[in-house]
Amino acid sequence: MRVALIGQPNCGKSTLFNQVAGYKADTGNFPGTTVTFTESSVRVIGEKIDLVDLPGTYSLTASNLAEKEVIRYLSSNHVDVILNLVDASHLVQGLELTLELLELGKPLVVGMNMMDEAARMGITIDGPHLEQILGVPVLPLIASKGRGIKPLFTTVLDAGRNGNVVSRVPFKNQQVEEIILEMSKNLQDLKTDWDREALAIRLLEDGSELLNDSEFEYLDLKKDIETYTQQVTEQQGKTPSWVFSEERHALAQELTKQVMTRGEERVTWQTRADDILLHPFWGYVILLGILWAFFQAVYLTGSVIEGPLISLFDGMIANLSGFTGPGSFLTDILTGALQGIAGGVAIVLPYLMPFLFGMGFLEDVGYLPRLAFLMDTLMQKMGLHGKAIVPFILGYGCNVPAVMATRTLEDRRDRFLAATLSVMVPCAARIAVIFGLIAFYLGSKIALLIYIFNIIVIALTGRILSWRILKKSPGLILEVPPYRMPTLKTMLNKTWFRAKEFIIEAWPILIAGSIFLELAIRYNIAGFLNLIARPFTWVLGLPSAVGVPLIFGVLRKELSMIMLRQALNVTDISQALSPEQMITFTIFVVFYIPCLATLAALRKELNTRDMLIIAALTVVIAMATALVGRGLVIILTPFGVLF
Amino acid sequence: MKLINIDDNVQVEIVSFRGGRGISLKLRQLGLMPGDRIIVTKRAPFNGPLLVEASGRTIALGRGVAGKIEVKVCE
Ligand SMILES: Nc1nc2c(ncn2[C@@H]2O[C@H](COP(=O)(O)OP(=O)(O)OP(=O)(O)O)[C@@H](O)[C@H]2O)c(=O)[nH]1
Ligand SMILES: [Mg+2]
Repeated sequence: MRVALIGQPNCGKSTLFNQVAGYKADTGNFPGTTVTFTESSVRVIGEKIDLVDLPGTYSLTASNLAEKEVIRYLSSNHVDVILNLVDASHLVQGLELTLELLELGKPLVVGMNMMDEAARMGITIDGPHLEQILGVPVLPLIASKGRGIKPLFTTVLDAGRNGNVVSRVPFKNQQVEEIILEMSKNLQDLKTDWDREALAIRLLEDGSELLNDSEFEYLDLKKDIETYTQQVTEQQGKTPSWVFSEERHALAQELTKQVMTRGEERVTWQTRADDILLHPFWGYVILLGILWAFFQAVYLTGSVIEGPLISLFDGMIANLSGFTGPGSFLTDILTGALQGIAGGVAIVLPYLMPFLFGMGFLEDVGYLPRLAFLMDTLMQKMGLHGKAIVPFILGYGCNVPAVMATRTLEDRRDRFLAATLSVMVPCAARIAVIFGLIAFYLGSKIALLIYIFNIIVIALTGRILSWRILKKSPGLILEVPPYRMPTLKTMLNKTWFRAKEFIIEAWPILIAGSIFLELAIRYNIAGFLNLIARPFTWVLGLPSAVGVPLIFGVLRKELSMIMLRQALNVTDISQALSPEQMITFTIFVVFYIPCLATLAALRKELNTRDMLIIAALTVVIAMATALVGRGLVIILTPFGVLF
Repeated sequence: MKLINIDDNVQVEIVSFRGGRGISLKLRQLGLMPGDRIIVTKRAPFNGPLLVEASGRTIALGRGVAGKIEVKVCE
């Protein structure tokens, strides 16, 4: 049995999914957290079902690629039950989608989520009455606390087994109803198991999405659509899409009046928080404060752990030849492996964990949409709008979800620009270089300057690129959810979910890379690779040995850092690189070619050509900025402002 | 009157949307329709977006978008 979770953005679908399937889908307190579907086979109340988490969508007429995933999934997969989650604190809007889903005629169960929040707002909903009007089961739920899950799934299983009969709530407008009925009669012969009236409505509303091409080619379908669209438009003075959404809007409002009562709202800290956090002056002061505190917390936690752990591993590596013989093949292999392991435990994880935790907190508390509000003007200057801040912020974690998050942008041009810029955001892998190298050897001030320098470069690039791509961005339309206090459990799950990606996928690559490097040095292959990279390293004034770490950095950005100590053959990098060289190296690493996984994501979201353009662009920018950085260091050093 | 020219904390009624299909679709999706009542509660500095309350929902609207929403003040 396949059960699809469908609901408006941010109503708690992924939270419910994770409660049932284990933490497998990212959650976050902003609309558009989920941009692709996640399927999982789970056992509920003794029965095996396939549960599918889908992106949130306000209606079945998609306005961006993430929302399109929903209708695409529905049309290309057999779904037994639609589990429609509704945010009880926003009943009117939620019901608009529910009414639309009822039109599909599939077994449907409504989960009334966020009952805790509705209660806090003084809202009570008459569930049985709503059930009676809609004709489908409605069950209360608090997904984040795991309440109401069992009864909900019992009902879902029942609905799936018995295939509960679902019929739509008719529109109030009789004339429109007649047209729908007439058109649905013409669709009788179509080979599809969709409800004919549902099809008629969808076809009039936004075309073919529910049908595949061969079905769509059937008979005079296209002509039918044209005729009836025209008929509605002439009769109502509006396009069918307008008419239907107005009908649903009015219906939803009427239903809400019947089943919802609003009592006294309990005033909480949330009501007041926006007065300060979105204040035209203090809002920005606090924004900078938050970023600074975040930075310091990551630096302090990480650097306390990095030093001792690195010495521990260096001690082990130094003693190794005593056991396995100096210069032996085995020593080289083990040295490489230890370097790789040390890189993971000592250089990457100490910074990555606090970073992921802090970022998870900002996402879950609901700060991201506020950031979009505060930063919209600045983003406009870069040719984008506030919503594009989400891919940017996610980019600090990992560029892959950042590139995928561009799906929530409506415009193709915005997506290209946002993707290009977000791959230049230093992801958590590059934290290894910025913190492990720069902050560790030169102090946190320089690391902070690198972050600021990076933001300036991204802003300038956006500015320049949006000169070339002339059309203006359509502008910001974004729902701002209430603040929510995340539970510690969600936070830890989330941090672990993302850290696991590094531990399982990246760490083995780091270890393999380090072993490869030992062997490459042993058999003199490294020299050849360094020669290929020499034009770049020469211009940047870097020792030729950093060529290999730079080349391997394309696989995983952490490799540039982990391999560096090995390639330079020192335990203390400051013996081999001057501060100026460290900075040049870091800036280059931050900007040049996105890692393989990100390149693949770019190719998937855009196309091969755009991916190549972006990769080439980043190399140019990396060279230029590294040289500028080098110049700045040379100019500023005599004044003693840097070190 | 356009939504951008409305003072904060004044209740207004949406009259119509101007501009492309994209914007009006997105607004309708969010449950904003002609006839609905909304209030501008905050605005970001330097010509930044407006924050609008619409039947319990908070929505950020860029200036460009707000300029395309025709409203009238409710008595
Ligand atoms: N108070 C409260 N918060 C909840 C509840 N369910 C989910 N949340 C929170 O709501 C936010 C959104 O949850 P998600 O599961 O990411 O929502 P979603 O529907 O998957 O969102 P999209 O993927 O953007 O469509 C998170 O911060 C959750 O912690 C609930 O029952 N009560
Ligand atoms: Mg989700």
